[in-house]
Amino acid sequence: MTMKKIIIAASLALSVAAVAFAEESKAPAGAPGGAPAASAPAATSTPSAPVMKVETAQPAGPAAATPAAPKKKELKADRTITISMFAIIIAITMGVVVWAAKQTKSAADFYAAGGGITGTQNGWAIAGDYMSAASFLGISGLISLYGYDGFMYSVGWLVAYITVLLIVAEPCRNAGKYTLGDILSFRTSPKPVRAFAAISTVSVSTFYLTAQMVGAGKLMALLVGIPYKTAIIGVGILMVGYVVFGGMVATTWVQIIKAGLLMSGAFLLSFLVMMKAGFNPIGFFDQIVANPDIQDHVSKMVLKDGVILAGMDAGQRFLEPGLYLKNPLDQISLGMALVLGTAGMPHILMRFFTVPTAQAARKSVIIAMFIIGGFYVLTTLLGFGAAINLTPQGIISVDPGGNMATLMLAQQMGAEIAPILGDLFLAFLCAVAFATILAVVSGLVLAASAAIAHDIYVNVIKDGHADQHEQVFAARVTSFVVGACGILIGIAAEKQNVAHLVALAFAVAASGNLPVVVLSLFWRKFNTAGVISGLVVGTVASIALVMVSPNMTYPKMEAAKAHKVVVAMEKKMASLAPGAVLPEKDLKALEKARKDEKQDGSSVVGLDKPLFTLKNPGIVSIPLGFMAAILGALAFPSRRSEEMFDEVYVRQNTGLGMAKAVEH
Amino acid sequence: MAEKKYDWSAIAKNPKFVELHHKKTAFLFGWWIFSCVYYFLLPIGAAYTPGIFKVKIIGAVNFGYLFALSQFFVSWGLALYYAHVANKDFDRLTRELIDELHL
Repeated sequence: MTMKKIIIAASLALSVAAVAFAEESKAPAGAPGGAPAASAPAATSTPSAPVMKVETAQPAGPAAATPAAPKKKELKADRTITISMFAIIIAITMGVVVWAAKQTKSAADFYAAGGGITGTQNGWAIAGDYMSAASFLGISGLISLYGYDGFMYSVGWLVAYITVLLIVAEPCRNAGKYTLGDILSFRTSPKPVRAFAAISTVSVSTFYLTAQMVGAGKLMALLVGIPYKTAIIGVGILMVGYVVFGGMVATTWVQIIKAGLLMSGAFLLSFLVMMKAGFNPIGFFDQIVANPDIQDHVSKMVLKDGVILAGMDAGQRFLEPGLYLKNPLDQISLGMALVLGTAGMPHILMRFFTVPTAQAARKSVIIAMFIIGGFYVLTTLLGFGAAINLTPQGIISVDPGGNMATLMLAQQMGAEIAPILGDLFLAFLCAVAFATILAVVSGLVLAASAAIAHDIYVNVIKDGHADQHEQVFAARVTSFVVGACGILIGIAAEKQNVAHLVALAFAVAASGNLPVVVLSLFWRKFNTAGVISGLVVGTVASIALVMVSPNMTYPKMEAAKAHKVVVAMEKKMASLAPGAVLPEKDLKALEKARKDEKQDGSSVVGLDKPLFTLKNPGIVSIPLGFMAAILGALAFPSRRSEEMFDEVYVRQNTGLGMAKAVEH
Repeated sequence: MAEKKYDWSAIAKNPKFVELHHKKTAFLFGWWIFSCVYYFLLPIGAAYTPGIFKVKIIGAVNFGYLFALSQFFVSWGLALYYAHVANKDFDRLTRELIDELHL
């Protein structure tokens, strides 16, 4: 049995590594260079894609004429070094899987690592589970292009953990077992509640997983020239391998390894940036303000709003709010989704079932907060460091969304010491991004399969009558199926805009899951009807609002926008001296706009323009979710649920009776 | 295997538990609301009082930057403070309660 597992795991590892190497000969060597980057906003899981704004900013001003603009940069990872590093990570994690598979015998082992993870280990694993490639690459990119707003954007991702720490971590540890359904079904009718909790968990995980898979495919294509589909299948096979064979133990260790790699990468790179700035933080900021390229970049950005700024004023503007986040209501709405949604994310909640006590759960959140917060503070240095050392124009020329800023910075900082170090450092950070993707998707697959196998199969279909062997088997089969679906969705969604899916996942978690978790734990009158109405209304409201929001594509509005460009260009053409022609850049823009002008039709749900003007639905859907949960519970009171509140409340505060949750 | 039977409603009425419950509720929800208010001041302030955010404090570093940075330290500080109070007070009360129940 064990031998078989080792062989399977080893062959998996080998086949993936082989695929990666085999592709090397096929792919054109220059593929990951500058040109294709512009079309692939890799890992832009940031809720609103900055791509458009930047593109329109360029031709608007007298950009082509200024000397700062034509700084075309290239980003090319050394394939041999990078793929070797990938292979090392695959080999190490596969070793972990083989070791973990030996320990995974019961359902408790599979879903919760037998409750045997320590607080410190879990803290690193939470950080590894949480920080996606979007936070690793996306946020520093935003800072490198928009300065202050990128930094402000990162704050919510840490503050979210205060809710986790104070409200959900310890009670969930004491009241739960493996899944969200366990917490919610404690004093309600288990079958319907588990079924709805599972649906909600699967939808949140699917949204998040899709965004991660598409980001992974594009990132790998961009960095090492592995074709999109191959990258998705490779990542998918690894993720399925980790979860199916190693369950929670392997997933935890993959996340710990990833968090360690991510922190070392960020720390090392920040150290190099600060060393170059003479370890003088004030001087570092003065450098930002005095940088002529940043000044030029900012003047062009504010020119669109009709503001004229130049020199030091423009540089200073980079450190002030409002260059990227222009709609405060949207910003508050996103903040609400983060602050409440993180605590409702099934893959984060699940992490608290892996520690033995509430004290360990508390410790793990605090450790995670220091890791995550520390990372975002370092991200600021990386973002501003990239702006100073690479220039915003150079970053945009590689990827308009700025997602490559950290990687470009690594290459440059390394190369300034020695050329080979640049390649090594870039390869290392590519490997960190790779590990990041693997850790996050594994956590999501595990959470989704736990909901299906534990809630739906074992508890709804089999009435809880399944022996350990059957439970683990069901969990493995489900993980395999969920992982396979993840791969298929990833391939199908290649051309889709998935950037809004991360925000949607947080909104559903905040509007559907969090209200019912909090009310289950803290409100005596809460019951079955409340759980179901809260979950359904919160989830449906978030999805429906996003479907009618500006996140969707509205062809008529695109056409109107293109029409404006055409009019502006024609006016410009008319004002030219006879015989003179527009610069090539403008001609191309005109040609594109003329084509876009003709598009017609309506959005996915048949709208000409958005009904709901915010990109983030939280500000409406969260109150709706809470209201539905409360009204549902009041409309259909249940004496049994009220009577059982004392038990839930004493359990979650004291941990009494918890042996049941850990024993296996 | 058989789970020990507890009289949950009796424990819920135990003065020690009531004390634990009151202390915890006040602390947790109070500080949670504080952290939310402090956090939402950032986007609200940046949008509606940009003038304050632009005031330079040290060199090029302005109030907005320091305020955003302070969010991290406030969150960390609150986490450590909570750990301190929980380890000292809440865990102690819980232990005393369990001892009293002879469990």
